[in-house]
Amino acid sequence: MSETNGPAEGRHPMTGNALSGDAQGGMERHTYDVVVIGAGGAGLRAAIAAHESGARTAIVCKSLLGKAHTVMAEGGIAAAMGNRWPEDNWEVHFRDTMRGGKMLNNWRMAQLHAQEAPERVQELEDWGALFDRTDDGLISQRDFGGHKYARLAHVGDRTGLEMIRTLQQRAVALGIEVFMECTVTDIFKDASDGQSKVAGAFAYWRESGRFIVFDAPSVILATGGIGKSFKVTSNSWEYTGDGHALAMRAGASLINMEFVQFHPTGMVWPPSVKGLLVTESVRGDGGILKNSEGKRFMFDYIPEFFKAETADTVEEADAWYDDKKNNRRPPELLPRDEVARAINSEIKAGRGTPHGGIYLDIASRRTPEFIRKRLPSMYHQFKELADVDITAEPMEIGPTCHYVMGGVEVDADTQQSAVTGLYAVGECSGGMHGSNRLGGNSLGDLLVFGKRAGEAATAYADSLGGTRPQVDEADVKAAQASALAPFEVEGGENPYTIQSDLQQSMNDLVGIIRTRTELEESLAEIEAFKVRASTMVVEGHRQYNPGWHLALDLRNMLIVSECIAKAAMAREESRGGHTRDDFPGPDAEWGTKNLVVNLNAEGTGVDLHEKPLPEMPDELKGYFA
Amino acid sequence: MSYTLKLRIWRGDKDGGAVEDFPVEVSEGEVVLDAIHRVQATQAGDLAVRWNCKAGKCGSCSAEVNGRPRLMCMCRLSDFEEDEVITVTPMRSFPVIRDLVTDVSFNYEKAKELPSFSPPPRDADGKRRMAQVDVERGQEFRKCIECFLCQNVCHVVRDHEDNKKAFAGPRFFLRYAELDMHPLDTHDRRELAQGAAGLGMCNITKCCTEVCPEGIHITDNAIIPMKERVVDKKFDPLVWLGNKIGIRNKDNDGRTEV
Repeated sequence: MSETNGPAEGRHPMTGNALSGDAQGGMERHTYDVVVIGAGGAGLRAAIAAHESGARTAIVCKSLLGKAHTVMAEGGIAAAMGNRWPEDNWEVHFRDTMRGGKMLNNWRMAQLHAQEAPERVQELEDWGALFDRTDDGLISQRDFGGHKYARLAHVGDRTGLEMIRTLQQRAVALGIEVFMECTVTDIFKDASDGQSKVAGAFAYWRESGRFIVFDAPSVILATGGIGKSFKVTSNSWEYTGDGHALAMRAGASLINMEFVQFHPTGMVWPPSVKGLLVTESVRGDGGILKNSEGKRFMFDYIPEFFKAETADTVEEADAWYDDKKNNRRPPELLPRDEVARAINSEIKAGRGTPHGGIYLDIASRRTPEFIRKRLPSMYHQFKELADVDITAEPMEIGPTCHYVMGGVEVDADTQQSAVTGLYAVGECSGGMHGSNRLGGNSLGDLLVFGKRAGEAATAYADSLGGTRPQVDEADVKAAQASALAPFEVEGGENPYTIQSDLQQSMNDLVGIIRTRTELEESLAEIEAFKVRASTMVVEGHRQYNPGWHLALDLRNMLIVSECIAKAAMAREESRGGHTRDDFPGPDAEWGTKNLVVNLNAEGTGVDLHEKPLPEMPDELKGYFA
Repeated sequence: MSYTLKLRIWRGDKDGGAVEDFPVEVSEGEVVLDAIHRVQATQAGDLAVRWNCKAGKCGSCSAEVNGRPRLMCMCRLSDFEEDEVITVTPMRSFPVIRDLVTDVSFNYEKAKELPSFSPPPRDADGKRRMAQVDVERGQEFRKCIECFLCQNVCHVVRDHEDNKKAFAGPRFFLRYAELDMHPLDTHDRRELAQGAAGLGMCNITKCCTEVCPEGIHITDNAIIPMKERVVDKKFDPLVWLGNKIGIRNKDNDGRTEV
């Protein structure tokens, strides 16, 4: 087998394709210490950390570099830097995060995140990020739902773009190798010494449809979320749960899969952009929610858990923006799960807008100049796509599937999964956000744990010395056969149809409000989709064929959908991003445990079991007394 | 409110291809990318097209719609008459891979040639200080979503393939200007911009600015000021004399040439 490393090997600069006639079996082969799958914030930060720790590192991503979903993050990066409120510190941030997640978070991850996020943000500035400033020249911080203090470092409402571009430019400057438009379909393992360890990964070039084998002892999953399993979503096509599914097939477990965040504010019209995100910053900067009767309804939906810290009059809520010491937060800035449920109830009660949403009004509250300066992308988005001028009229919005709290169960300090050598970071890992993620905590999560995973993966690869796990040739053949299977079928169904039916089914039956009967129905439908998917047919050839790509992604979407539906059925309570109509309140007993899912022994479905939450040490418990 | 759109799409690969008819049902509020996706789902499952966010934020779905460089996700069908034919072709300045997907590696190569940001040490408290008014100039350029439409439309490379070697294009002039205007950067990239990046080949026809989906004033705010800065350094007789006799221009304060 030929080994290639370093960008100067004559590979195609974008596609990385170096296939020549002498490549054995028509397959490329590369050796690295650390292979990072995904090039969003988490993947790039992990790759930078691995490279800086001395690892030979590769980034493998489904799209072009710089196009990952992080680009769509709008509001900011939550970090207790204290630039606006000196009272702010990691302890307050930690408390906000745990309370936002309804105490189901992995306490250690929430702690590490709160402690390390400020330095991770400062580091971005060292690499060229241009954040908005405070009057004394420091990084500005804005208000967001669930955060006690103004804490989100931001660049207008395009913080994600700034973050991904900064990390991308850093990765390019360091000369890290990137395999763009290259999709990983299998993780290889070596069990020869009795303990199963990662040995590498199998991928195909989207451009040519040819295969690549990566030999690497450390693989970091940074593949993002699962939103494409739902019809109304703010997520891009890439969000098909690849990392979740790869981890399960490799033998790792997932936790918290029942918790899916429906962002309260997605566009509802025109149909073509239904689900598209409207940033929480609109509310952070003064926007309010009104129903069709013109009522500011959020005051009717303040839950007991947040009563003490939420304003109960319009006067107090409005005064809070300028005087946080003497006023409590407006109810529009409750955590996302609360606001999404309230909006859903108003719409169901018949007080929705003509297009089935709710009004989000900033036009009557702030000057056009302020709005255009603070929310330039939102202004642009509504103007261009909906003919709405948000400085003059309210927006119509409704809940949209935005984020999955659930993901690969990992060790808090290293992000390693149950499989030695397999790491997971960012949205595809679980635990950090508990049952509900606070806005702004995602970008911080990517940076903090990206760095930790990159360093841990390098340390592990180093510790192996010369004896590395080996990829079994039989596994390579099996991976190849599996990837080509959709071409072997004749007379089956088109993958686009199955995907579209799955999205509708998940939206209708496993959406924002759930009940047992619908979840049972959903599981039955998923079984039927699996049967249909086993005989789906792909037209054309292997060169840049989206139909084939979707057929492979669909397998991941199906297994992840099953995890969500199964966990949602098991958890008989309502908490965070999981609301059961038949069990409307939180349950103290359920508050002490996670649901863990694994691939079953036959590899055809999902097994589920309960597991107690890791116990918080007493000194941290003090923050919640 | 739906109607049948007369959609035509270029299909083929590097060996050639042709525009084919794909009449497709579309409805109110849709964009060109919706129509393309419907063709993909119902008529041509293997139609190659790049896209990610479908919200004008990632810059993946660049193509030419009736000859104009556009993001397909921001190109509304309501801007056309219902009986108008809409023809979608791949970006012309980059080699075709398949159908609407082109090989944009030129841009990723040029990105590697650009020396990155190089800041001085942080302040004593571990933070950095910059004024909002100073970061705003660079922030305009960092709105760039790397759709490469400016690169595609720039006639320096669109009509002269052989210029690609010596010309980085508007997207990277933007990056040079951004770093040059960064309040904390310590590099002087003017020689490089003029020499290796070929800034001088731009004759400010503003085609790039016209197609920018982010509305960045590429020519006026980035390229022209950058050209002026190069001219100040290279051709101003007083500066030239100062350099000769060893008097440093204040312009160079805190910056070293790369």
